[in-house]
Order: sequence, then C-alpha cells, then structure tokens
Amino acid sequence: MKELTLGTLIAVFEEIFGRGLFWFMVIAAIVVTLAYIYVLVRDRTVSWHKFLWAQLSMPFGAVAAVLFVQAMTNSGFADIGGPVDVIVLLGVAAAGAIGAAILVYTLGSLIKPPKNRET
Amino acid sequence: MTKQTQFSPSRRGFLGLAAGAGVFAAAGAGRKAQAQVATSAHIVILGAGAAGAALANRLSARLDGAKITIVDGSKQHWYQPGFSLIGAGLAKADYSVSQTTDWLPSDVDYKNEYAASIDPEARKVALVNGETLSYDYLIVATGIELNYEGIEGMSKDLIGTNGIGSIYAGPDYAAKTWQAADKFTDEGGVGLFTRPNTALKCAGAPIKHTFLIDDVARRKGNASKMDITYFGHNKALFGVPIVSEKIRMIFGDRGITPEYEHYVSAIDPGAKKATFTTPDGDYDRDFDYIHIVPPQRAPKVIRESGLSWQTKQLDQGWVEVNKYSLRHERYDNVFAVGDVAGVPKGKTAASVKWQVPVVEEHLIAAIEGKTSDASYNGYTSCPMITRIGRAMLIEFDYNNNLTPSFPGIIAPLEELWISWLMKEVALKATYNAMLRGKA
Ligand SMILES: Cc1cc2nc3c(=O)[nH]c(=O)nc-3n(C[C@H](O)[C@H](O)[C@H](O)COP(=O)(O)OP(=O)(O)OC[C@H]3O[C@@H](n4cnc5c(N)ncnc54)[C@H](O)[C@@H]3O)c2cc1C
Repeated sequence: MKELTLGTLIAVFEEIFGRGLFWFMVIAAIVVTLAYIYVLVRDRTVSWHKFLWAQLSMPFGAVAAVLFVQAMTNSGFADIGGPVDVIVLLGVAAAGAIGAAILVYTLGSLIKPPKNRET
Repeated sequence: MTKQTQFSPSRRGFLGLAAGAGVFAAAGAGRKAQAQVATSAHIVILGAGAAGAALANRLSARLDGAKITIVDGSKQHWYQPGFSLIGAGLAKADYSVSQTTDWLPSDVDYKNEYAASIDPEARKVALVNGETLSYDYLIVATGIELNYEGIEGMSKDLIGTNGIGSIYAGPDYAAKTWQAADKFTDEGGVGLFTRPNTALKCAGAPIKHTFLIDDVARRKGNASKMDITYFGHNKALFGVPIVSEKIRMIFGDRGITPEYEHYVSAIDPGAKKATFTTPDGDYDRDFDYIHIVPPQRAPKVIRESGLSWQTKQLDQGWVEVNKYSLRHERYDNVFAVGDVAGVPKGKTAASVKWQVPVVEEHLIAAIEGKTSDASYNGYTSCPMITRIGRAMLIEFDYNNNLTPSFPGIIAPLEELWISWLMKEVALKATYNAMLRGKA
C-alpha cells in the first residue's frame, strides 16, 4: 500500500460502513467510553457485582464478534491458514469481549446506580 | 442494546484487524493539505474509470483555476475486481455497479460521450457527437477493449449458454457466468479455464476463477466428478516466476491440470468444442464448461491516434509512455494511466492507486514549469483467491520482486484468511476511497 495515513484509513472505513454509520459508530464508541469513565468517577469504586455481570458477558461478546465477521465475509473457522489468522481471530474475539464488558458494565451502572453504601 | 453489541465489537474487530496488521504503526498523521497551484490550463481526461475518476478528483483538489474535462460514454462505473466474486455466486451483479457521476468532483466538466479520434499534433480530441475539445494536457485513461470476436465463433451473447462463461465482459455477464458455472459444479465434467495470448487486466483473475469454481464443486461434494484444466499461454502460469511456481504447487494439491503454451483461437458452442493454438499446431478439446478470457487491446480510438507503441505489441496498441513517469515518449503533454498505459506490468486497480499520484506530480510540475522525480515502480497487486475464505496477497514490481505491504506479518505466498478479508472487506472500500482521490 502507498500513503497509509490516518486520513486514508478513515476514508477506507467510511467506505466500508458508509459515512453515516461509520461516524455514528465512532461517536457511539466515544459515548460509551465516556459513560464508562463517568460511572467509574461517579461511583468512585468498581462495583464487583456489576463487574461480574460484565465478565459473564465477555464470552458472548467474543463469539458474537467472530461470528459477525465470518458472516459478513463468506468465511469460517476452516479458513484459518496461518499464525496471523489465529492472531486476527483472537483479536476480533478480544475486542468483542472487551466491548461487551464495557457496555454491560456501563449500562448496568447507568440503569441501576449504586445505593449509597453498596459494599 | 443488541445494535450496540453488534456494532461495537465489529467496529473494534475491524480496528483490531487493522491494528493487528500493524497498520496503526505505519499510520502517520493525515495527508498534509497541499497548497493549490494556480493555472488556466485545459486538461482533458479520457475515461472516468478507476484511473480517470481518481485523477480528476486529485487534480481538482490540487489545481486552482484549471479547466478539467472528463470524457466517458458509459453512464455506469464498474468495480471490476468484484466480477470474480459475482462469477462465483458470492455477490450479485449490482455489487459492481455505480454511476459514473457518483465519483466525479462537481467542478470538472463531464462529457457523457466516447472519444472518437485524437490528434496529438493539433492537441484536439473529437467526441462521437461531433464536438471537438482542444487541450493543453491530455490524460489517456480509457482502459482496455475486450476483443471477444478475436476468438472465432465467440461473442458476448454466448456467455451463460452452452457451458460458456466469461467474467470479464461486465457485471451481468459475470452473473451469467455463475449460472453456467453453478450448473457445471452440480453436474461435473470437463472444465477448461483459459487466458488470452495478449496482455490482460488482472492476470490473476482467470486463475482465481479456476480456484473458486473448483472450490464450489468441492463444497457441493462433487470433487470426484471434476476434470479441471488451466491453460497458460506461455511456459508459465503467471508472469512472476516465484508466484507461478506457487500456483503450480497449489494446482498439484487440488488436482487441477496445468497446460502450457495454449490459447483458445476458436469455439464451437453447439458442439461444445474449443480449438487451442499451440506451438505444435491447433487441436480441439471438448468441454462441459469453458471460461473464456478474451484477447485484449487498447480501444480503437487509441490504436488509431498515433499514440501507441510503434515498436512492440503492435496488435495491442498500448500507449507509448515512459514506464517510470507514465509520460508519453513523443508528446510530453500526454500521459497514460491505468490499463491502457504501455508498461510491462500494472494492469490492476491497485497499480492505478500507485500510478495516479505519479501522473499528478509530473503534470503539476509541468504546469509550474518544473520537473518531478515521482516514479512508478511497476507495483501490481492481485489478491489471489485460492478458495472461498482464503487468498494470497500477492504484490510485485517491474523486477518481479515481491513487495509485500505487511512484510513479516502477511506472507504473500501463503493462503490466508486475513488476505481474503482484505479482498472482501477492504478492497472495494479502498478502491472507492481511491476514486475519491483519498487513497
Ligand atoms: C475480472 C476482473 C478482475 C479484476 N480483479 C482485480 C483485483 O482483484 N485487483 C485489482 O487491483 N484489479 C483487478 N482488476 C483490474 C481493474 O479492474 C482494472 O485494472 C482497473 O479498472 C483499471 O482502471 P482504468 O481506469 O485503467 O480502466 P477502467 O476502470 O476499465 O475504466 C476505463 C474507462 O474508460 C472508458 N472509455 C473507454 N473507451 C473510451 C473512449 N473512447 N472515450 C472515453 N472513455 C472511454 C470506459 O467507459 C471506462 O469507464 C480486475 C479486472 C477484471 C476484469
């Protein structure tokens, strides 16, 4: 590839998802991240109860991300052809898991804020 | 919430993919906005395909006051790398179709006409409707003419009938090709996969089609009913020796028979027979399915313009340009870019991406009365699909050296899922970004 700059990458991602959807996702990701930081700061502590739920959601997020990529691309597990493919697969899964965990934790905290003296 | 969990991981997934490939490590800051160059020059671009549209966008952004006219008789723009997917039933015909006007900047003058003649001495182009354009600079980006009639008995109308396929002819013909190939992979039989005895765009595409149809037959459980042969036109299967060897090995694994020094010179659709020309003379072969890749040459208007090479490939008429600067060897206000350029490699959309900035730099330098050392190294790329879900990301230059974009990460000669993901997810997006002048 030539001229692989951030501008090029953004242009390519805009084409993959469509401009509107791409920026919607960027903003959604920023909002969720900010909301996550917000609940952490607000509650001044990690709620281990919610964290447990978040952890339980991780495998689902991981599997969902992998299946989503495979469904979008006419491919499956049998197409893993080398180490880099395993890394990509794990990367997709890890991203899905972390994304799901952050989302579940944040939503949980926003919907059910901790009572004053949660232990 | 379901929306969120779906999109959030996928977005991260793709970013992860990109990051995993080391893209971010390579990503610098955004392209610096370049100062515009003021000029009143009239630039005429012939062809609004991959190369013409990309150059129109880049020149329109770089130049202030230039008059840019782009000429193309086709209302539709075709994303041709998609034809391989359509021809294997993996995408519908409309996957490759958009409107020419979707990609053109608003400040260029678009003529929805074909060029009928070019007079490089008088610096004039005549259009089919009789209009004449005078230019200061001419950019020839008319792509390739497919010469189906160069094969005796063949015409585009036959595609999809009598077991005849040809993904090259266009999106609808690629879909008809799939109808014929789908039937063939259900019933089994003799499959002949060919390429012409001329230069061709995307020299990997005839091989990809072979691999894909073989894979489809396997998935249908019909591998044992298949007798598949691929015909090279010379002593190799691919122009780059190391790639040719790799393909020979995969053919061996897959039970695909390679033949050398064969090309189709005639076809009898009714009898399902093809005549092959070889160094030992002509002979006929029966087929249940045949994939025809037509002989290719520069469009007639170019062949008759006096811009073609006068010393080589006389029957094909590619434009006589310097292979590094893409500037015409005899008319220094003329450039050729894309498939029509008479350079030894580079008839792919990926090459266009590398050629366009070179022409842009030389043209702008010429306008400013300067020179440029921008140089095209022959970069050509071809995601060589070896089956549904895997590909080899093959990239090379004039010297037949492999030039991997992700050395040490994505091996060029390995059949990988990540390379397939690139083809299916990133290639069209990158192509579109290129058309907009952004990649
Ligand atoms: C089956 C297939 C698979 C391919 N796969 C890949 C791939 O995987 N990767 C890759 O990088 N590339 C691939 N390519 C190659 C790629 O599509 C071409 O290299 C690329 O489109 C070249 O761009 P271009 O602008 O030179 O020509 P084109 O995109 O063909 O555009 C030429 C334009 O010129 C116009 N024109 C023609 N005659 C005239 C005239 N007289 N006056 C005015 N306008 C005229 C045409 O209407 C057309 O719009 C593939 C091609 C095919 C056919």
